[in-house]
Amino acid sequence: MKDFGRIPAWGVAAVGVGAVLFISVAHAMATAATDQLGIWQQVWGWTPLILFGPPGVLGGMTLNILISFLAMVIGTMTGVLLGILQLAPAQIVRRTAWGMTQFFRNSPWLVLLFFAMLLLPFELRFGGLRVPVPDWLKATLGLALPVMANLSEVTRGAIRSIPEGQWESCEALGLTRFQTYSRVILPQCVKRMMPPWMNWYALLTMATPLVSIVGVSDAVALTRDALAASGRSDLLIPMYLWLLLWFGLYCYPIALWTQRMERRFAVIS
Amino acid sequence: MDGVAQWFLWLHQAHGANFTIFYDAFDSARFLRGIGTTIRLAVVSIVASILVGILGAWLQSHPSRTVRWPVTTYIQFFRNTPPLVQMYFFYFALGPALGTALGSSTPPLGNFAWAVIALSFYGAAFNIEIFRAGLEAVPRATLEAAESMGLSPRQVFLHVVFPLALRFSLPALTSNVINLAKTTSLAYAIAVPETLFVANQIWSDSINVLEMMVSLLIVYNLMVGVIVAAAHWLERRLRMPGYIQ
Repeated sequence: MKDFGRIPAWGVAAVGVGAVLFISVAHAMATAATDQLGIWQQVWGWTPLILFGPPGVLGGMTLNILISFLAMVIGTMTGVLLGILQLAPAQIVRRTAWGMTQFFRNSPWLVLLFFAMLLLPFELRFGGLRVPVPDWLKATLGLALPVMANLSEVTRGAIRSIPEGQWESCEALGLTRFQTYSRVILPQCVKRMMPPWMNWYALLTMATPLVSIVGVSDAVALTRDALAASGRSDLLIPMYLWLLLWFGLYCYPIALWTQRMERRFAVIS
Repeated sequence: MDGVAQWFLWLHQAHGANFTIFYDAFDSARFLRGIGTTIRLAVVSIVASILVGILGAWLQSHPSRTVRWPVTTYIQFFRNTPPLVQMYFFYFALGPALGTALGSSTPPLGNFAWAVIALSFYGAAFNIEIFRAGLEAVPRATLEAAESMGLSPRQVFLHVVFPLALRFSLPALTSNVINLAKTTSLAYAIAVPETLFVANQIWSDSINVLEMMVSLLIVYNLMVGVIVAAAHWLERRLRMPGYIQ
C-alpha cells in the first residue's frame, strides 16, 4: 500500500483515461468489424444474382457476356464485309461503305443503342407466325453497329497493309477477286487484325452495361436493384467496387493478352 | 416565323416528318441548351483529362517504384472497367459518401460536376499512356545531341523533348479526345440535361423518335467533325518539315 501511495494521482488518472480509451477504441473496432462482416456478407449474398441473374431467367453478368459474344460475331461479320467494300472497284460502293463506316464510328454507343431499341420492331411476322424480339437481342444489334464500323476500319487498314505484289501475283495466276480475298489476302490479314480485334472485344464488353439504361437486366441493372432492395447506404461503395472488380477480372486478362500479342506480331521495320 | 421554320412546318404537314426542333420555339430552345451542356461537358472534361494525363505521365517517369505503382494501378483500373459503372460509382456511391464526410445535408457536388470528374478520370487513364508513349518515342540520339550541345536538363525537356513528344502523341490524343466527346452521352444515365437527355424528353413529348434520332446522330457527327478539323489544323501548325510527316 505504501508503494501504491507513491504513485502520483495523475498516473492513476492517466491509466484510467488510457483504459477507457482502449476499451472504447476496442469496442468501436469490434463494432466496425461486425459491420464490415455484415457488409461483406451482404455483398457476397447478392453476388450470385449479379453474376447469373434470377434463377431460371437470363440476366446478370452472364447476359453481359452473352451480349458481348453475339454483338462481336455480328459486328465482325458485317465489319469485315464493310471493310472490303471500302476498297471495292466501284466508286459508289466505296463511298457508301466509307460513309456508313464514318457515320457509325462517330456516333456515341449509347445513341446507337437507343437507335436500335426504339426503331427495331418488337416482333417479327412470318406470314401468320409472330416471333417476339426480346429487348436484349435488340440491344445486342445496337451494340454491334459501332463494332461493325470500327472493325470495318481495322479490316481496311489490314488489307491495305498487304504488299501490292500479293495482288499482282494473284492476278498473274488468274484468280478471281473472290478467290484473291478468300485464299490470299484475308488469311494474311487475320494475324494483323487479331490485336485490334481483341481490343475492340474488350471495349465492347465494357460497353455492355449501357443496356441497363434501356431496361435490360444485366449485371449493372441487377446491382442497382439489389442496392435499392437492401436500402443500405453503407453498401453503395462496396457493391459498385465489387461490380467494377468483376468487369476488371474479365477485361484485364484480355488487355494483357492483347499486349503480348501486339509485341509478338510487331512488324519490325 | 422565318423561312426555315416555315419549311419544316410544311414538311411536317405535307410529309409527316416532324422536326419540332426547327419550328417549335420550346423544343428548339431546350435542344440548343442540351447541345450547350454537351459542349461544356466535353470541353471541361477534355481539358481536365489532358491536365491529369500530363501529371500522370510525369509521375510515371519517376524513378521511384512507390510513385509509379499507384499510377499504373489507376490506369489499369480505369481502362479495364466499364465507364458507365465508373460514373455510377462516382455519382451514386462517392457522392453521398462525400456529403456524409463533410457533414452537409445537401450534396456538395451536382450531377454535372460528377459527370466531369468521372469522364476526366476515364479519359486521363488513356492520356497518360499516350503522353508516355510520346515521351518514349523521342530518339535517344536526339537527347544525346541536345546534351552535347550543353543544354541543361530543363532546357532539354522544354526545347527538345516536349515539342517532339507533343507531335508524336497528337494523333492518338485526337482519337481519345473524340472518344471522350462521344462518351459525354453517358451523363444521360445520371440525368445531366445533355443532348441525348433533352432529345429523349423531346421525342417523349412530341412522339418523333426517328426525327430526333436523325438530328441527334447529325449533331454528334458534326461535333466529331469539328474536333477532327481542329486536330488537322493543329497538326499542320505544328508540322516540322523533314522531321515528322
